[in-house]
Amino acid sequence: MKQEFTISLFTEDHIGILGQITIILTRRQINIDSITASESAVKGVQLLTLVVKTTNEMIQKVARQMEKLVDVMKVFVHTSDQIIYQEIALFKVTTKGLMSGNVIDHVVRAHNARILEVSPEYIVLEKTGHKTEITELLSQLEPYGVLQFARSGRVAITKQVKELNSYLKEMDEANRYKTEPALN
Amino acid sequence: MKTEKETEQTAVQVNGHDHITGSEALLQSLIEEGVDTIFGYPGGAIMPVYDKLMDYEDKLTHILTRHEQGAAHAAQAYAMVTGKPGICFATSGPGATNLVTGIANAFLDSVPVVFITAQVVSGLIGTDAFQETDIIGVSMPVTKWNCQVKKSHDIPETIAKAFYIAKSGRPGPVLIDITKDAQLEKLDFKYKKCDYIRSYNPHIPLHTKAIESAAIMINHAERPLILAGHGVLISGAEDELKAFAEKTGIPVALTLLGLSGFPSNHRLFTGMLGMHGNYGPNLLTNEADLIIAIGMRFDDRVTGNLKKYAKKATIIHIEIDEAEINKNVLVDVEINNDAKEVLKYLIPLVKENSFEKWIREFRICDKTEYEKVIKPETKPENGDLRMGEVVRLVSELTKGEAIIVTDVGQNQMHAARYYKFSHPNSLVTSGGMGTMGFGLPAGIGAKIGRPDKQVIAFVGDGGFQMTIQELGTILQYNVPVKIIVLNNNYLGMVRQWQDMFYDKNYASTELINPDFVMISKAYNIPAIKVAKRQDLNSSLEEMLAAKGPFVLEIVIEKEGNVFPMVEPGSSVSEVRLTY
Repeated sequence: MKQEFTISLFTEDHIGILGQITIILTRRQINIDSITASESAVKGVQLLTLVVKTTNEMIQKVARQMEKLVDVMKVFVHTSDQIIYQEIALFKVTTKGLMSGNVIDHVVRAHNARILEVSPEYIVLEKTGHKTEITELLSQLEPYGVLQFARSGRVAITKQVKELNSYLKEMDEANRYKTEPALN
Repeated sequence: MKTEKETEQTAVQVNGHDHITGSEALLQSLIEEGVDTIFGYPGGAIMPVYDKLMDYEDKLTHILTRHEQGAAHAAQAYAMVTGKPGICFATSGPGATNLVTGIANAFLDSVPVVFITAQVVSGLIGTDAFQETDIIGVSMPVTKWNCQVKKSHDIPETIAKAFYIAKSGRPGPVLIDITKDAQLEKLDFKYKKCDYIRSYNPHIPLHTKAIESAAIMINHAERPLILAGHGVLISGAEDELKAFAEKTGIPVALTLLGLSGFPSNHRLFTGMLGMHGNYGPNLLTNEADLIIAIGMRFDDRVTGNLKKYAKKATIIHIEIDEAEINKNVLVDVEINNDAKEVLKYLIPLVKENSFEKWIREFRICDKTEYEKVIKPETKPENGDLRMGEVVRLVSELTKGEAIIVTDVGQNQMHAARYYKFSHPNSLVTSGGMGTMGFGLPAGIGAKIGRPDKQVIAFVGDGGFQMTIQELGTILQYNVPVKIIVLNNNYLGMVRQWQDMFYDKNYASTELINPDFVMISKAYNIPAIKVAKRQDLNSSLEEMLAAKGPFVLEIVIEKEGNVFPMVEPGSSVSEVRLTY
């Protein structure tokens, strides 16, 4: 059965790494629902957060293929209950629509959205939350004239206690264990 | 990762030339890595490298092939027989794209080849300049790692990294794309071999607990079977495999690329696995209660229908590439380590045993296969010559001492089935990719890598013509490789499938061929053509006695089929002996 997975990849900051990762997903016919790239807490290490829908069996195979890439350090796969995650959305709504009646109170505040900018023509709102919350706000704003709508990819933090730094340390130690390469 | 000070301490000053061009830095880096042979083809963007190559003639031999694909296959074969990475040069654009088949071939068969391609000057990248292709993008899915270098001072470190990645872990091809300006720009040359990359760790601590569990299972099994693959040869674990099999008394089957990893004449050897493998190991895979898979990846040509594969068996998988474990077949014990290290740890844990009753089942299968398939194929008394009898004779005349190179198709399957290998790494074949045209250039690469060995390439009339221009390489360097053209005037394997599955509708498989003897002679290569059984032995002897290269064309029965066969979609236990 297909379900939603969040893949967190810690990689070297190399050109082309995203291409290598998408090739793996493309070969397995997996669509990317959302993607975010940023610097991680460790200097020089990039964090890619991907959301995909696939089976538990397939995500394990795909994660191993990703971790096999030379420039990928560590891959974590999480179901939604194992992480804390958010998306951010921006809405550009007509001022006329939004100022009529009690919309600000009933819709904007009720959804914990924030006003970023006000002009005679439009008002820009910001909303942070889960995908469903953002979609819900969008549908409620639509009658008042949404001029533009943009949504970010998912950003996620894991609930597990062990951090990347300790994995990097382990990898260093494993390296010390090493024997000579088999060839030559 | 490393401090300036460390770099300083280990820096190597070569002949006092500290200020050299990127091209020289490339060549000196290769020398530092122990390279002495390069296969390649020049062109505009790589001219600075070739210009400097002349200055290093005493240390680096360059073999000019007739097509970049030939250089790629030759470099791969060189790597397979020497255990050293193969090196291949090509220019930008078409030079680089012509390598792609060869790169993919090395990738699927886990062979370390360092490909160096030239790129247009960095200012022109992305502008669709003359002979510009995005070879980094093109080769991304078929390389273990690739990298573009635009600054000359990055060349030594990138080359060092490329060699480390190509050779370590599960080996594979890497590609370095160097811009023309980086080849010309000067740098202070210092070289330090790479032995650590933060994001890549091929040295996995031994999973001792898993190995101990495996030992318990092995000690309790009643019908165990070892399935060994290319990983045994790559990790150099042939002696350990033999010791393990002999101590436990467990029969051994090999994959196509695993052949020569266990002696063909050993009493515990049960034959080759797979679509055209032997009857016993295919049929009895589904009777085994324990499968010990070592350095193999359960390819679909080996497993047949996965839903009916090894259902009675507990499966132990010893495999260095974690991504291969549980990919096709779900296993019970994962041992994600190097085959040699695992076997060394495992051997003292297993008890001495013998499985005579179980092995007798294989021998019964062998007898059936011999009567129905092997005897008529290798010892026919009348009719046209058969591929199997040619391979059997070559095997007998060379006493299993030769290095066998094959093309792809029926010639490949017969060579794999009927040659009796007695030394590791003595089969060079295109396994995962099944690349027609591999045989001739691979034969050249193998002979250059092992000039001390008799190297015999079996090719079909179809595959021969895919890379026939490499006869020019043989001419130019007088490479004493022996080529046997098994000519049935068909694309034999495709015709066999048309025969069996497409109502004998021989669509585009019949070949009207040129005179191969005349072509060979035009390249100054001695050649003869044989069609009669009574001439076969003497012509093979003539070929083997020849000091230089030799082409022996053998006219083969037109519609011979390879058996046994596990038909596509069938289970290994449904292996067929006849049509």
